[in-house]
Amino acid sequence: MKTTSPITTIIAAIGATVITLAQNWKVAGFIFILIIGAIFPLWASGVFTFQISQLLIYAIAIAGLNLLTGFNGQFSLGHSAFYAIGAYVSAVMMTQWDIPFYLTIPIAAAVCFVFGFLFGLPALRLEGIYLALATFALAIATPQILKFKPVEHLTGGVQGLALFHLKPEAPFGLPFDQDQWTFYVTFAVTILMFFIAFSLVNSRSGRAMKAIRDNQIAAKVTGIDLSLFKTLTFGVSALFTGVAGALSAMLIAFVAPDSFQITLAVAIFVGMVVGGVGWIPGAFLGGLFILFVPNIAEHIAFGLAAFFDLIRKVIPFFPSIGEQSAKGLTGTVYGVFLILLIYIMPSGLAGLLRLAVQRLARARG
Amino acid sequence: MQIKKYGIIPALALGFAVAMAGSASAQTPGVTDKEIKIGNINPYSGPASAYGTIGKSIAAYFKMVNAEGGINGRMVNFISYDDSYSPPKALEQTRKLVESDNVLLMFQPLGTPGNTAIQGYLNGKKVPQLFVATGATKWGDPKKFPWTMGWQPNYQSEGRIYADYILKNYPNAKIGILFQNDDYGKDYVKGLKDGLGAKAKTMIVSEQPYEVADPTVDSQIIALKASGADVFFNASTPKFAAQSIKKMAEIGWKPAHFLNQVSNSVGGVLKPAGFDNAEGIFSTGYLKDQNDPQWKNDAGMKKWFAFMDKYYPDGDKTSSFNVYGYTVAQNLHKVLLAAGKNLTREGVMKAAASMKDLELDLLLPGIKINTSATDFYPIEQNQMMRFKGGNWEFFGPIISGEVRGS
Repeated sequence: MKTTSPITTIIAAIGATVITLAQNWKVAGFIFILIIGAIFPLWASGVFTFQISQLLIYAIAIAGLNLLTGFNGQFSLGHSAFYAIGAYVSAVMMTQWDIPFYLTIPIAAAVCFVFGFLFGLPALRLEGIYLALATFALAIATPQILKFKPVEHLTGGVQGLALFHLKPEAPFGLPFDQDQWTFYVTFAVTILMFFIAFSLVNSRSGRAMKAIRDNQIAAKVTGIDLSLFKTLTFGVSALFTGVAGALSAMLIAFVAPDSFQITLAVAIFVGMVVGGVGWIPGAFLGGLFILFVPNIAEHIAFGLAAFFDLIRKVIPFFPSIGEQSAKGLTGTVYGVFLILLIYIMPSGLAGLLRLAVQRLARARG
Repeated sequence: MQIKKYGIIPALALGFAVAMAGSASAQTPGVTDKEIKIGNINPYSGPASAYGTIGKSIAAYFKMVNAEGGINGRMVNFISYDDSYSPPKALEQTRKLVESDNVLLMFQPLGTPGNTAIQGYLNGKKVPQLFVATGATKWGDPKKFPWTMGWQPNYQSEGRIYADYILKNYPNAKIGILFQNDDYGKDYVKGLKDGLGAKAKTMIVSEQPYEVADPTVDSQIIALKASGADVFFNASTPKFAAQSIKKMAEIGWKPAHFLNQVSNSVGGVLKPAGFDNAEGIFSTGYLKDQNDPQWKNDAGMKKWFAFMDKYYPDGDKTSSFNVYGYTVAQNLHKVLLAAGKNLTREGVMKAAASMKDLELDLLLPGIKINTSATDFYPIEQNQMMRFKGGNWEFFGPIISGEVRGS
């Protein structure tokens, strides 16, 4: 194998790097993710790339809610409002003032931070379910405010704003199509946001947040400024969700009040619970769930109808769902999925994974 | 905990597991010798799921077409996904239909927001977005969107028809308006105001909006009565229309009542509101009402009832949505026949843009579908009608309320 010696050198070098990396899990994992992110859109179909971009965007929004609920103990059923504000800030700036998309992300983040911080002030007086109710009202009100007459000229009212012609193209003549480029942008922002999230929860402030969640009085005694930390957490949480909203405006290239109904707030909430409350990477599992499970439920509802028809061939008086009625069962199947999930894994997919690892460890020794 | 470090990897790995690939063929997508694939999105779940029956009746229609031998020997594979009336989901499902199911065209996507979300994408990909299920006025713009075509008469043109009638018959009217606070309601009001022209400012004395989530419109009706209006323009959806008719009778307000055709179903609105209360209401129509006894022996209507019995037995025979679904599906059926044996996306679009005096089973007699390379509004005609003794009575000529979208 003399002729292939340069290749062997390279392989040896790679091998050595792998061994070094294996000793440092965090860096290895990070590089692995970077490589996957870089090659993924080159390999996947356009629609799949689009779906994964959407998944990452949901994950950012869910992580934002998780910072608030999982790490600070404050409930919110209104995160669709911050998602909407982020999306609209980005869309309005792009359509009305010709500001390039990339610049609108930090601005949307800042605006949402301020909104979240301000909303956090009255929220200080509300606990648990009362706060959930107040945020719920926010989610209901936002789509209506967006079509309110005085702001209609900016927001496009009920018609919304179409951004097809403003979708960012790959710069410097890079050979990527819009789906691929949108993914890369989303991917980069996702990495940044999760880096911030991880750093935050492992920092001094993160510990203060968790202390407030676990016991407010004890936290106060140790000198933590409760109101400051709670409002700041609300602001940061809204910032995350707002960034997700801004990215979604680019991905969907259309914003309208109908995109940000209460169902979105519920979806973000479901994503958080399914992924695991208080576990940041769970956001990806939650995103996976809220993006794909409704689609899977649709196929299952259809399969169920076919299955019933099959039984009917044997037992003639067996009830028929019929292909047409099966369409209406999607929501039911989704609901059954959700109930089963919560029943089988009360602490979300995170809890299940944790349990599996524990069992494995015990089995080994 | 150890596990925290692994988090993102399984998530992405799972993502890969769901991977799929769409293979593009050199032929027209969605067309083989044996099959035509047609894509559709409908809100089968969520706040607008009442409309879902349109998608189901279309599916039933194509089942009938297939049972009768298909279209030019090809079976129709009608693939319809749920978008829950959410624009992002509409785009995702449409992309799945186009890129992974490889449909020939998108047919009857429902709702103004969802259609706006997919319009740029479909026109960019040159995939027909045919006969969209929305009455907004912006769907016939072949210069900007040559792959998008509306179908039903648009709300603005209907509003104009009422305005013309009011100007002629009630020149000194004081008009009160009830409208749903969204694109649909506002389009109607715009049509009415445009039709009234300069007189709109003096004639309209009160405009009362309501939100789709409101429980009743009682307070709006009381406010309208208090405004002294003697002509009432009612741009509300079925539930609210029935409520308003009842409330008007309750408080003894009897203006000349113009009810938008969205809510002129005899079984769905006027019967629950009470025939006595609904006596004398004006509206317009373009479809036959299956609950109206005057069509009992109509050949087209008989075909529809037979179709419902055989292919959509679970379907609600009093719902006008099922009449709508059947009729629009029949229109596509005719377009695909006209596009001929050699189906292409361009060919389908061309056939859709060259319909000439087309009549369908359940269109009112005299209403004809016409399109051209510059006219992407298939149905532009309506007829005025008045409610009398439990029936709609048609009067006057077939009216064209042509409005060109921006």
